[in-house]
Amino acid sequence: MVSVKERIIEVILFLCSLLTVLITLGIIVILASETFNFFSKVSIIEFFTETEWTPLFANKKFGILPLVCGTLLVTVIAILVALPLGLTIAVYLNEYANQKFTAVVKPLLEILAAIPTVVYGFFALTFVTPLLQRVLPNLSGFNALSAGLVMGVMIIPYISSLSEDALRAVPKSLREAAYGMGSTRLQTAFKVMVPAASSGIIVSVILAISRAIGETMIVAIAAGQEPKLTLNPLTSLETITTYIVQVSMGDVPRNSIEYSTIFSAGITLFIFTFLLNNISFVIKRKYHQKYE
Amino acid sequence: MQKLEARNVNLFYGEKQALKDISLGIDPNTVTAFIGPSGCGKSTFLRCFNRMNDLIDNVRITGDILIDGRNIYKSKINVDEHRKKIGMVFQKPNPFPKTIYENVAFGLRIKGVKDKSVLDETVERSLRQAALWDEVKDDLKKSALSLSGGQQQRLCIARTMAVEPSVILMDEPASALDPLSTAKIEELIYELKSKYTIVIVTHNMQQAARVSDKTAFFYLGELIEYNTTTTIFTNPKKEQTHNYITGRFG
Repeated sequence: MVSVKERIIEVILFLCSLLTVLITLGIIVILASETFNFFSKVSIIEFFTETEWTPLFANKKFGILPLVCGTLLVTVIAILVALPLGLTIAVYLNEYANQKFTAVVKPLLEILAAIPTVVYGFFALTFVTPLLQRVLPNLSGFNALSAGLVMGVMIIPYISSLSEDALRAVPKSLREAAYGMGSTRLQTAFKVMVPAASSGIIVSVILAISRAIGETMIVAIAAGQEPKLTLNPLTSLETITTYIVQVSMGDVPRNSIEYSTIFSAGITLFIFTFLLNNISFVIKRKYHQKYE
Repeated sequence: MQKLEARNVNLFYGEKQALKDISLGIDPNTVTAFIGPSGCGKSTFLRCFNRMNDLIDNVRITGDILIDGRNIYKSKINVDEHRKKIGMVFQKPNPFPKTIYENVAFGLRIKGVKDKSVLDETVERSLRQAALWDEVKDDLKKSALSLSGGQQQRLCIARTMAVEPSVILMDEPASALDPLSTAKIEELIYELKSKYTIVIVTHNMQQAARVSDKTAFFYLGELIEYNTTTTIFTNPKKEQTHNYITGRFG
């Protein structure tokens, strides 16, 4: 009897894992088929070279570049905030702070990533933007800068926590070697510990980038809805995610060309994050072999 | 003057006393072995000389440690500068995950030396002193982690010697190595004596007998006996020392 029970449990477990795989496959299939649909109406060359994205207007143009550009601009701003701050925090917690302090502060920092992103979005729109406008009078109400800065704060714990884990995983003997040679704390941190933990730190940054690219609410609320091919962070723009929200919540008819644009935008986004996650996976695997 | 001197050193890990009132002096250009069973405090004592115990939370030290007559536990001393003069080789080879060249050049780099010819000369000299040059001279750009354990340990010795310390502390430098590599390290210690004052912690009594001039026997945080190596191994004054070296405990 036990073996039958075991067998049932095994089947249930198998079905659960099968289900998640099937759902993932289903998403990919739908994304791909709708995208195929889209490209039967719009040339792929236009998609990648056209510099305007106006599927919702009378004069429809289907260039993904403005959306990609908007997404990358916000992401770059976010990383410019999160990388230096996150890495500094990681080094501080690992090399300078005492263990009790680290044990308290690290989970507190991780709360930053647990705050609902819609809260961050309103924080950016109603607090950060007005604040920045005092210094930058020509900053528009919706802008990439404020969304990027706030998103940067949100992803700090991705970098600080994962980098601190990576630093902590560096064998203690290397720290001793560095101090034994007469290194200062700063030299030990940046000439020995950070290089030794570099692959883990790179993985943390890639995951943070991946998170920033896929982030939706902050940019939907604070960055605007005007697809623009620009590197100017002071104006409003639109990211891939914002566009998808905009269309999904509007009343475009099903199976119209407007409708299928969200799948083409969606698959572009998916390819970005898929590649980033795979790169981090490869680096992580290499890193695990290093000290064995 | 004695190169190293400890006066009434006590060390506590929190409440637990790990070293009890230890005093001893070490002459320049000699090899001194610290022996004793695990947990007897010999490594802890060794680490007092370059203040490596500072890295551990909750350590308290009383008494004086003098190097060339200077008290290194005076608050004014710059610990980083001090450690540059006291080299240390650890139990497990711990080269940095950098090239062989960069490992040896590390000490100069953190001093701010940028002159390529100085770096090149120092790397070659140190590797020659560590009897490693002939084995690695064509692979200086290779990762230090690609070397064998014994080679890695000699690389660590070379890295230490590159900054020309006057003292080298060795914490069981051969315990993770095979007999052949151990023999090479011992030979090296013997040769280095003319330039450096060496203190070596070892579990291996034959090793202590082979390489050292003087031997200190520690037990439960106390210095039981300190004398010339010949005396310790042939005519120990204390019963405990006799029992330990004849293998009755430890």
